[in-house]
Amino acid sequence: MSSSAEILSQAFTLGYTYTRSTGPIVGQFLTSLRARKMVGIKASDGKVLMPPVEFDPVSAAALSEFVDVADCGVVKTWCWVKQPRKAHPSDKPFAWAMILLDGADTPMLHWIDAGDEAAMSTGMRVKVRWAEETKGLMSDINGFVPEAAALLGELKPAASDEQITGMEAPIYLTYNFTAGKATARYLQSMKKGKLVGQRCPNCRNVYIPPRGSCAACGVPTEEEVTLGNKATVESFTIVYIPIPGNPIKPPYVIANLVLDGANLSFLHLLSECKNEDVRIGMRVEALWKPEEEWGYAMENIQYFKPIDEPDVPVDQIGKLIDEGR
Amino acid sequence: MRDVAIVAFAQSNCQRDAGAQNEVELIMPVLTEVFKQTGIKSAQDVDFTCSGSCDYQQGAAFAFVAGVDALGAVPPIKESHVEMDAAWALYEAWLKIQMGHAESALLYGFGKSSPGELPIVLSQQLDPYYLAPLWVDTIAFAAMQARTMLDSGEITEADMAEVVARSRNNALANPHAQLKGDQTAADLLKEATYVSPLRLHDCCPISDGACAMIICTIEKAEEWGKPYAIIKGIDHRIETHHIGSRDLSRSVSTEIAGEAVGVKNGKVDVAELYAPFSHQEIILKKALGLGDDTVINPSGGVLAGNVMMASGLSRIGEVAMRIIRGEITRGVAHATSGPCLQQNLVTVLEAK
Repeated sequence: MSSSAEILSQAFTLGYTYTRSTGPIVGQFLTSLRARKMVGIKASDGKVLMPPVEFDPVSAAALSEFVDVADCGVVKTWCWVKQPRKAHPSDKPFAWAMILLDGADTPMLHWIDAGDEAAMSTGMRVKVRWAEETKGLMSDINGFVPEAAALLGELKPAASDEQITGMEAPIYLTYNFTAGKATARYLQSMKKGKLVGQRCPNCRNVYIPPRGSCAACGVPTEEEVTLGNKATVESFTIVYIPIPGNPIKPPYVIANLVLDGANLSFLHLLSECKNEDVRIGMRVEALWKPEEEWGYAMENIQYFKPIDEPDVPVDQIGKLIDEGR
Repeated sequence: MRDVAIVAFAQSNCQRDAGAQNEVELIMPVLTEVFKQTGIKSAQDVDFTCSGSCDYQQGAAFAFVAGVDALGAVPPIKESHVEMDAAWALYEAWLKIQMGHAESALLYGFGKSSPGELPIVLSQQLDPYYLAPLWVDTIAFAAMQARTMLDSGEITEADMAEVVARSRNNALANPHAQLKGDQTAADLLKEATYVSPLRLHDCCPISDGACAMIICTIEKAEEWGKPYAIIKGIDHRIETHHIGSRDLSRSVSTEIAGEAVGVKNGKVDVAELYAPFSHQEIILKKALGLGDDTVINPSGGVLAGNVMMASGLSRIGEVAMRIIRGEITRGVAHATSGPCLQQNLVTVLEAK
């Protein structure tokens, strides 16, 4: 996490590690691709669609008749990428193109390794450059090249000839997440060892962590309220399942805690007591990590631990007045 | 179909990076503004609320739910969301009013694209088997679409630059615009290509922001005693995801939607067209049959600022506000989604 003036931001990567079912049509196309063959599908009007689709784009009829098409054809339109992005299939300048393969009636999208924009033209002939190893993915085509180009790479036979029914389609997207103004103020206070929430100007409820608004009243919240370390258990659960990457050993307690003076709970760990002794209404207190470990995070508090105070009746949880202020 | 009134509209500035503003902080100011224009206090005072946004843009799961914190949804309100531009949220609310399920509705759209690499994020809206795994982005598709038109002689690079020059020039009068200036088409043509044949200025900028609107029945608008613009027709159509089957030099879906709402049934004073790439404005103008007596994108359009998921609703709001201010009597607004104008929504707006 980096901090500049009021802005807190952190880079992170979102991963969607999907495996997709292909169905029989896409599956057949990918199976053929792995065998280094191109197939299209016959549309209702007899035209050959490339790549194949399950249903006719005009008549909506289910399609099933595969047609062999060539692995070479004509560029119908193209664009030139001077500065490839990290995710792109080529790390040197390349063309995206709609390519009409011989025997097909609709062009398909792929990329062309032409070396230079000057080598590209609408109407030029290109051919598939097959990947050395094929897996049943669009990347089995390692781009197209101008038809006259010599291809020298060794082509290994496909590892399998089983019908493809699914494909790995992992997606990783990188973001630089920025905390909102209210969240940033809150995290900056956390870094100083203080719990600071916000009060709604309308209903007077106090929220921590604050979001910059009162969700109940729909008005911005500005007034800051410093809260103490004491809280009440509003609800809890005992976790028995180990969570990958989580250093805490189960079973452990996660509780909804309402800080004294606040009106909405947040989640944190509860420790230094027997799990079976945890109960709703129990009084607890934050145990902060050593100051040198404080960052812009809720984890500055290692966990909450019980204190010797009488339980709070259920109907009064979240309605306590912070007497310490 | 019953007439529906637009009584309020507000939009934020288009900013390249809204920095430390979360979704609530982006939405709240435009909500406050439309409540003020309508003379109501909160979302509790309308029958239905619908928003448009896409969590992939900022990479925050359920950001659209977090956005509800801006509404004051206690006691619970009737609320819905479209993972689309908020122009389609308007369409959903318009249907509710048509069915008699609501008399009034609040709509808002927001987008924070700055945290991610937007063209790459958008590549993942494409076919997940054939296109998304190649990470082909929408700029590339738009560039190939432009070349189709350049190759056929239908347009020239100068035509495209004229669109940009006029947009940036019009944007000089738009306080919310992100890109504005008085460059001529000749100046713009001196710039190098970006994703050839597109130059960078042919592409809309990436913007963060939000917009909001309040619509209602004519009776409700009269009861509120506020000036309003009337939605005379709204229709949306989509084309196949099999991009090779499409004629990229036309927008068939816009043609059908425009016909369905009767764009040609009267003079069109102003048209706000959601054309994220310069050549697409030319396609849309033709698809809607707009003549030279129609002023196109007086706001500067999305080439001057493009808040994805809000810009479509803003096109409608821009036309509505010109009608409410009495500057025009009839206008057309258009919203789009998907590669190469795949899905299009057309609205005809008139004065009372």
